[in-house]
Order: sequence, then structure tokens, then C-alpha cells
Amino acid sequence: MNWFKYASPPAFYPLAGKMAPWFLAAAVLLGAIGLYIGLFAAPTDFQQGDSYRIIFIHVPAAWMSMLIYVVMAFWAGIGLAFNTRLSSMMAHALAPTGAMMTFIALWTGALWGKPTWGTWWVWDARLTSELILLFLYIGYMSLAAAIDDPRKADKASAVLALVGVVNVPIIYFSVQWWNTLHQGASVSITRSPSMAAIMLWGMLVMVFAFWSYCIGAVLVRVRHIILERERHAAWVGEARG
Amino acid sequence: MQWNSAAEFFAMGGYGMYVWGAYGVSALLIAAELVILIRRGRTLRETSGRSPRPDDRNP
Repeated sequence: MNWFKYASPPAFYPLAGKMAPWFLAAAVLLGAIGLYIGLFAAPTDFQQGDSYRIIFIHVPAAWMSMLIYVVMAFWAGIGLAFNTRLSSMMAHALAPTGAMMTFIALWTGALWGKPTWGTWWVWDARLTSELILLFLYIGYMSLAAAIDDPRKADKASAVLALVGVVNVPIIYFSVQWWNTLHQGASVSITRSPSMAAIMLWGMLVMVFAFWSYCIGAVLVRVRHIILERERHAAWVGEARG
Repeated sequence: MQWNSAAEFFAMGGYGMYVWGAYGVSALLIAAELVILIRRGRTLRETSGRSPRPDDRNP
């Protein structure tokens, strides 16, 4: 099977159309299981009471916000380096969902911060760098929308995406590098998680639900972008005769 | 099951406003994104008058 075939928009368009419903269905199923574990099965936390249940959306959204940015910068960079149409379209399709995930992470974080820290917001490293991530997404989308020529828009926004990627490790390691109010990672690949098993499971299932949702939504959006851009190209070809 | 009644569930041990504020806004945003995606897809299909294909040269 030649995977490069799917690098061309006309070939990728039907493939994305076939895959998107499966990812969205998986998101619904995993979301239902995750919410059941998070809201019904998992016990009340002995320190934070039931306010901790915000973790089941806060952590998946925060992870997605960073992951989507890295993937977006990757595709934007590929588009910039190899001038491949679909890569840039993919980057543009990822941005709105990534921005939404960043906003959800900030919003749920504020609602979790108030009962646990006594404040909605502090200018500590973790929160500030996550806010910068939101501005990077907004800046990327605004820049791409502000330039009429799609190829120029792809290039300019790709540079912004690539420069901004430096912020992602800053977000991730901020709780280690600086003395922050935000707690350290509860889940890490280098040591066993500091959470009860049922809470951890609920969170992981929600992570996969968010993951599936993001992939499904982005595939639907990339189809729209393909349609808009390729139709324009066809129209130009027709006008030229 | 951690709850004895629906009221207890919605109260969330006194943190109802925070927990439901977080879940509610997240659900609203995701629903809004889906609605926007569905509408945009519908508009794109309607403007072409039939199921469109990207490689169409003579619509």
C-alpha cells in the first residue's frame, strides 16, 4: 500500500470521510464510560472533596491543548519545507480544536483553582504559559485568515506555529522549573502515578475520549478546508479555460 | 456508586457550582464546535448542489 497516495487532497478526502465517524463514535462511547467512572464510580477525594472531579476534563483538555499544538506545528513545518498542500490544510484544521481545548483547560482550571487554592487565577508559570498557548493558537488562526493568498498564509502561519512550539516544553516542565502554585504531574511515564487506580482509569479513558473526539473533529474540518481550497483551484482552472 | 440521591449528585459535596460549571461549559463548547462543523459542511454541499468531490473540474 502506498501511503503517500493519501498525501494528495483528492485521495485523502474520502479516507477522512470514512474515518471521522468512527473516531467520533469512539469518543461518545469512551466519553460515556469515562464520565461514568469519573462522576459515579470514583470515590470522593479525602483532601479535595468532590471538586477534584474536574480533573476528568481538565487533564485531558490540557494534554490535548499541548499535543495538538505540536502536531499542528509539525504539519505546518512539513508544509513549509516540502510545499505539500495537505500538510498545511491539516495544520489549519487542527488550530480551532486546539484553541478550544486550551480554553477548556484554562476554564476548568480556574473553576478548580477557586475551591482548592482560593483563587481563580494566578500568574504562575504553568497558568501563564498555557494562556500564551491560547494566544499562539489565536495568533496562528488570525494570521492565516488575514492573508488572502492561501500559499502565503500557509507559510507565514507555519513560521508562527514553529516559533511558538518552544512554549510547549515550557508549559510541560513549568511545574518542575519554577516554584508554582499548580501541582506537579500526577501521572508520569517515569514513575508510578500518585492517584488511586479508579481515578487514574477514569482520567485515562477520558484522555482517549478527548483524543478520539479531536481526531474526528479535525478530520471533518480538514475535509471542509480541502473542499474550499480545491474548489477554488478548479474554479481558477476553469476561468483560465 | 458514590451517591445516595440525585440531589446529592448535583450538589457534588458543596462543589456543584465549580464541577458543573466546568463540565457544562466544556460540553457546550464541544457541542458548539460540532454544530459549526455540521453547518459548514451543509453549506459547502448545498453550494455545489450535490455531493461534491474535490477533483471535480466541471461542477
